[in-house]
Amino acid sequence: MPPTENTPDTPSSSATPSGPNTSASATPAIEFKDVEKSFGPTTVLKNLNFTVAPGERVTLIGPSGSGKTTILRLVMTLEELTGGYIFVDGEPLTFEERDGKRVELPKKRTREMTTRIGMVFQQFNLFPNMTVLENIIEAPVHVLGTSKDEAVKEAKALLAKVGLSDKADAHPTRLSGGQQQRVAIARALAMSPEILLLDEVTSALDPELVGDVLGVLRDIAETTDITMLLVTHEMQFARDVSHRVMMFDGGQVLEEGPPDQIFNNPSHERTKSFLSSVL
Amino acid sequence: MDDNVSTLLNFLPQLWEGVQTTIILTVAGSIGAVIIALILGLTMTSPNAWLRIPARIIVEFFRGTSLLVQLFWLFFVLPLFGFDLDPMVCGIAALALNYGAYCAEVVRSSIKTVAPGQWEAAIALSLSPTRRMIRVIFPQAWALMIPSIATLLIQLLKGTAAVSFITLSDLTDKTGQLRQATGDTFFSYSVSLIIYFVLAWLLQEFMNFLERRATAALGRRRPNSRTDRREARRLARADAARRDRLASHTAAGEGANHGTGTDPTKGPFPGQGGGL
Repeated sequence: MPPTENTPDTPSSSATPSGPNTSASATPAIEFKDVEKSFGPTTVLKNLNFTVAPGERVTLIGPSGSGKTTILRLVMTLEELTGGYIFVDGEPLTFEERDGKRVELPKKRTREMTTRIGMVFQQFNLFPNMTVLENIIEAPVHVLGTSKDEAVKEAKALLAKVGLSDKADAHPTRLSGGQQQRVAIARALAMSPEILLLDEVTSALDPELVGDVLGVLRDIAETTDITMLLVTHEMQFARDVSHRVMMFDGGQVLEEGPPDQIFNNPSHERTKSFLSSVL
Repeated sequence: MDDNVSTLLNFLPQLWEGVQTTIILTVAGSIGAVIIALILGLTMTSPNAWLRIPARIIVEFFRGTSLLVQLFWLFFVLPLFGFDLDPMVCGIAALALNYGAYCAEVVRSSIKTVAPGQWEAAIALSLSPTRRMIRVIFPQAWALMIPSIATLLIQLLKGTAAVSFITLSDLTDKTGQLRQATGDTFFSYSVSLIIYFVLAWLLQEFMNFLERRATAALGRRRPNSRTDRREARRLARADAARRDRLASHTAAGEGANHGTGTDPTKGPFPGQGGGL
């Protein structure tokens, strides 16, 4: 394992229960090593290196097309790496180096690794053929091997946590966008992930429903030590919950640091112009 | 006319035999077609080219050749290789292969039509490829494919008429016998038309029932149902009311802090509601 790069600064968030484990000996929860990603002739990410410490909450900001969402999708194995490696808890996710060669891991092995990762999507992506409860228990029962009774109990506790106890038997199509997104968060949490990826989770919501979803996420940040990688346009939320903010442009990290530094005193001109356009 | 009716009444037992043959061919052919369609359709969605390409070739072959020629081939050519099949088996096999190939394309395209987000969510939950298909993708694709499969199965019902060429006495064959018995071409073929129409209507009703069940499982109703239109009007009214509310909030300058969580009076969890 290469040494961790870009070790985050001391988190500034007031929402931190214990803070990330950023000690030099700690294995990063996520590590990008020389990551490259191209879509046909278009290179989206090139030689990208960064680490996320266990329990750390990192927000990726930047203009559209800067590669933020691609980073989350690579961690969730929804996109195939063109080059480089991604490590989760120090273990290779999709590719590893063997005898000096870059070798793809078996799909089953990768799937085992992704059980540690949860993702919440912009468009919720609940399964419409299942009730809310079935959406939540499907993976714990059939992937983790949790007993159905236990999974139902945990699912109901999660629904209570996101304020939707009375919707367990509802179909997702009968819920508002905000409610669907809260179910999607509960579904991701039901897998007890070590890492939670949040991809513009409020972008598809009516403005009046955004606060509900952010409230739930804020509570998760305050009460758990799940490592979070977020892409969001809700800058106040990013400022409140993040330990570190990374500004992306053209597939590169332009600058990074604690939210106060990035939002109040950005050093890069591009960051300044981006923030002035969104704040 | 009275003579025709009394001849028809006397002929009913034989006509019923013909109808039974047509029903057996339709039901067995449809079951076979759907099974073949599922196997070939799912195989055509495989990322493995060694599975996908042969399945595509089989589909194109059976779609691209005439049902009648396939029927003759099974009935007249296979015995030359030592396989002597019962005419009923030949009829069912030809119908299942021919319409199964058409239905396979419907299965494939319906699976591909399921929103990419559904695949991604299933991957994000680490569901195995088989489980993804069985629990997430196929139930959604099934609701999409039923209307097209219904049309093809009605065509299959009408295609059963071809089996009279291989010694089977189906409804069409019995209609010919009725025509000889009555000597009235208009009367006998009109009777046949009505019986085919009733069978097709029953088949369509069955497929409508399946479609209602499949769409209900997705928390939806059949598109354009009366209840659906009523619900759409209700949602449109609710949307309009919400837009009005938002517009009035914006006008009053009260919407600025939404979603940022900066409102100290707002707890981390909202109420149970949320509204549509």
